[in-house]
Amino acid sequence: MSAPAEHGISTSDLCLWYGAFQALKRVDLEVKHGLITALIGPSGCGKTTLLRCFNRVNERYGSVTTTGLIRIRGKNVYDADVSLIELRRRVGMVFQRPNPLPLSVYENVVFGLRIHAEKRPPKSVLDEAVEKALTEVGLWKDLRDRLQAKATGLQLEQQQKLCIARLLPLKPEVILMDEPCSALDVEGTRAIEELMFALKGKYTILIVTHNMAQARRASDECAFMLLGELIEHTRTENLFLNPSNPKTAEYIEGRYG
Amino acid sequence: MFTETLTGRKKQRHERVARMFFGLMTAAMVIPLLLIVGFVVFKGAPAMTWEFFSTNPRRGGTAGGIWPALVGTLYLILVSLCISAPIGVLAAVYLNEYAKENWFTRIVNLAVVNLAGVPSIVHGLFGLGAFVYALHFGKSILAAALTLAIMTLPVIIASTKEALASVPRSFREACWNVGASRWQTIWRIVLPNSISGILTGVILQVSRTAGETAPVMLTGVATFKAIEGGGLFLYDLREQCMALSMHLFYVRTQASGAPEELSYAIAATLLGVVLLVNTTAICFRVFLRARKKW
Repeated sequence: MSAPAEHGISTSDLCLWYGAFQALKRVDLEVKHGLITALIGPSGCGKTTLLRCFNRVNERYGSVTTTGLIRIRGKNVYDADVSLIELRRRVGMVFQRPNPLPLSVYENVVFGLRIHAEKRPPKSVLDEAVEKALTEVGLWKDLRDRLQAKATGLQLEQQQKLCIARLLPLKPEVILMDEPCSALDVEGTRAIEELMFALKGKYTILIVTHNMAQARRASDECAFMLLGELIEHTRTENLFLNPSNPKTAEYIEGRYG
Repeated sequence: MFTETLTGRKKQRHERVARMFFGLMTAAMVIPLLLIVGFVVFKGAPAMTWEFFSTNPRRGGTAGGIWPALVGTLYLILVSLCISAPIGVLAAVYLNEYAKENWFTRIVNLAVVNLAGVPSIVHGLFGLGAFVYALHFGKSILAAALTLAIMTLPVIIASTKEALASVPRSFREACWNVGASRWQTIWRIVLPNSISGILTGVILQVSRTAGETAPVMLTGVATFKAIEGGGLFLYDLREQCMALSMHLFYVRTQASGAPEELSYAIAATLLGVVLLVNTTAICFRVFLRARKKW
């Protein structure tokens, strides 16, 4: 089944429990394809949990019960014919702490290709993928001579870009970012945000952030969550200038957080 | 301002005392170890000739060499390691990477920890009942090695699990999120990053295997069994063998008239065997680490 192309992610009536604790309460969210959508809200409001629903990686973190519907590009991710491996290949995630694998820069980028290839991909294909992905994230110039360097020894900003580059050869539809800049300094944050702008259009980008200024400058749409509920979701300017819900207004004014 | 206060001086005194105390404790561990090794080697050196290593014992163990015991110990180490290392490592991978946390796995983990604390003589008795009699292996290298394997298995499982658990979760998360299966995660990331720790755990068990007397005495080690002739297989796995630990016990307590340096020479050889096997394993570890591509 295919939904209108502009749908990136949509959820309806999504509830999630960790054991007996309900972490998500009837979330209805429509994320448009090709835009950057920011998820904001105080700690523990379920942003990260929601993000992890989209590639069903929540299921690896212990006893989780999910009800409701999640569609990625129109496809229900709980359909019986959905392979978790294919889903996670198309829905990539970037973490708070950059987590390059303890391999070389080169091997990090081709890791996905290697694990999804039926037989050993030829070197030319891999080389090309590395150059393309690193160019796309703006690392190629800096690292072209250090492809065999240990990825865990790079600067944090480069590590985080590498983690994004690692997703690209798999041709993702959606890139989920879980506070991708919170371990980075101002320069690193700016670099990652510029990278997000560069990637916008091709991918659905969903970014969880604690930093309201970042949500404001780096996103097209913004969704505010509180205690597991989606309170408000609209164009970013609207949310920050004319929040329709008083809870949103109080949060963006910094009355709680 | 900024001058030393009374409490400050007290703190410094405590600091000095603590440092001395911990240093002394370390010395109390290291110095006796060096003394023991030095003493054993020094006392045994006169007896350690080529003939000592390469011939059968003569005159009830009071003369001649230790060749069969040396071979027997190596056989026991290798055979038991070939059984316990793969099973232990694979079981630990299952327990750490695949098994879900529930009452059953908790019981299994508890059993592993407790089995590691069972005295070796009890393992020996178990081996005697299970392998020698019930499975009809008789008193043999095979039965003794299996007993040693059973004895070392829980410790190998525990140490391997520790090594696997020390691989950061973020590496696993990174793998899952590009769609790697559990096996791919284990094979490409978890094992290469924990192999040193796994080998260290296995190496420690080699020393234990080499030194154990009680369990092998009950299940397959004889006080005297000469090796006649050469060939690739000096012992058959279905026959009994000699072992250095047992031979040491025998020479020292049972064989009257054995020269004193003989028992020290045997002890030094046992230390040498352990050192040799450990060095091999460490070289292997270094080799694996060097092969890791960055």
